[in-house]
Amino acid sequence: MEQLLGQFSLGLFILQIVLFVGLILLLKKFAWKPILDAVNEREEGIKDALLSAENAKKEMMALKSDNQKLLDEARAERDTMIKEATAIKEKMIADAKSEAQTQGAKMIEQAKATIESEKNNAVAEIKNQVSSLSLEIAEKLLKEELSNKDSQTKLVEKMLADVKLN
Amino acid sequence: MLISRKTIQLFIATVFAVLPVFTFANADTTHVAKAAHAEVVNHEGDAPKEVVSEEVKAQEERAEFIQHHLLDSHDFHLFSYGKESGHEKHVGFPLPVILWEDGLHFFMSSEFHHGEAVAESNGKYFAINHHDGMVYNTDAKGTFNVDEKHHTTNTKPLDLSITKNIVMILFVALLMFVMFRNLGKSYGKNGGIATGAGRFFEPIILYVRDEIAIPNIGEKHYKKYMSHLLTVFFFIWFLNMFGLTPLGVNVTGNIAITAALAIITYLITTFTANKNYWGHIFWMPGVPPLMRIVLAPIELLGTIIKPFSLTIRLYANMVAGHIVLMSIIAMMYTFNNVAGSGFSFILAFVLSILEILVAGLQAYIFTMLTALYFGSANEEHHHDEEAHH
Repeated sequence: MEQLLGQFSLGLFILQIVLFVGLILLLKKFAWKPILDAVNEREEGIKDALLSAENAKKEMMALKSDNQKLLDEARAERDTMIKEATAIKEKMIADAKSEAQTQGAKMIEQAKATIESEKNNAVAEIKNQVSSLSLEIAEKLLKEELSNKDSQTKLVEKMLADVKLN
Repeated sequence: MLISRKTIQLFIATVFAVLPVFTFANADTTHVAKAAHAEVVNHEGDAPKEVVSEEVKAQEERAEFIQHHLLDSHDFHLFSYGKESGHEKHVGFPLPVILWEDGLHFFMSSEFHHGEAVAESNGKYFAINHHDGMVYNTDAKGTFNVDEKHHTTNTKPLDLSITKNIVMILFVALLMFVMFRNLGKSYGKNGGIATGAGRFFEPIILYVRDEIAIPNIGEKHYKKYMSHLLTVFFFIWFLNMFGLTPLGVNVTGNIAITAALAIITYLITTFTANKNYWGHIFWMPGVPPLMRIVLAPIELLGTIIKPFSLTIRLYANMVAGHIVLMSIIAMMYTFNNVAGSGFSFILAFVLSILEILVAGLQAYIFTMLTALYFGSANEEHHHDEEAHH
């Protein structure tokens, strides 16, 4: 202990304190502050970069799932659209069929009616012609037969029998 | 496993193969060794007292050399030669001596003639005491008064000289300033990536921050202590490393230096301490009131013991390392034969490697404990919280 105190130089002690405090202050201003700031900045940069990379990854994942969702929605929409289209098509076909049927039936009906009326007209015409013809015949016959009595009765009888046949 | 064993074997074989090269490297040394060996054999026969005393004298000289190496010095001494011929030459350069004794005295240390002459300045006489290498007030003849315990009773002037230690401190300070300033600048130039020699120290700076400062002081307060912690770490480390160079300037093994470092730690701790820190010293929570009164002086003493232990730990470690290393090197000369000196050489080599480790370790321990004390000064109320639990 005595030797220790003997070796203690007050001047050296004072100089060391002055020099060391000076060194701390100088280094603080010119070295440690810029170094630590730069290192901190770099570390923050690295942290930020990692964080943003993580975020980007998450965003990508979100985007992927969004895409999937969109795709699924599109698919569902397509399916419904196809279904609707099919339904519409079927309905249209059915409608067209029924329309055609009714139209056809109507046309057949009209054709039938026309045919009927034409037939009636034709029958009436024939009747008229037959009656006028028979009248002419009768007239001619009458003119001819009336000159002969026998033949007149014969003709009347024959004509009456014909009428019955008709 | 096999490869590593082979490597070790190869290494050992190489060491033994190279060993003779070192031990026989200097032909003269070998001759001297053989001559000395012959002498020793002779001594055993008739043992002339004169030669033995010369040997003892040489040993004492070595002990003194080690003792002087550990001390601060007023001139920067590199090496000496020509002692055997009686005209010893010292190679080195003088340093300025600045003294305060009823006024400022300034002269170069060459006036002391390596501690052999009395220097005169403004009517005052100064001389260097051979035992502790310090400057004392003395008279024109340079007499030293000693008491019965062989303590010098002369008074000392306030010695603000640029001693060898101060030169080393200035050198290390300059080195640190240039290196770390360039490191700091290189970030801006190179987009946040360090370049240059300082780049090697960037991981160490980060280590001090992440492993020493933050765990001990805490994320919240550590920033204001970083400058001190980094400076103290690199300052001690570099000076320890310079102490291991052949220049071997023992700065961190000087009690005044370590005391100054520890007192700065103590002052920073004391002036930045929060209420909780003082509360723990004067009124320890969680113990009975009577114990609090007993604990207060102990705790108060503890605050002074902490920097004291810092001082002694660094000083003792560095001095011990230097003494042991230099003693082993001195043993090479004392043995003066191939086996003994070779053994000493290997021992010195291994110890040098250990000292490199110790240099870093002591810087780490000093910084670590400093951070721990700063941490205790900034501790929040965690004892109370524990009590609530």
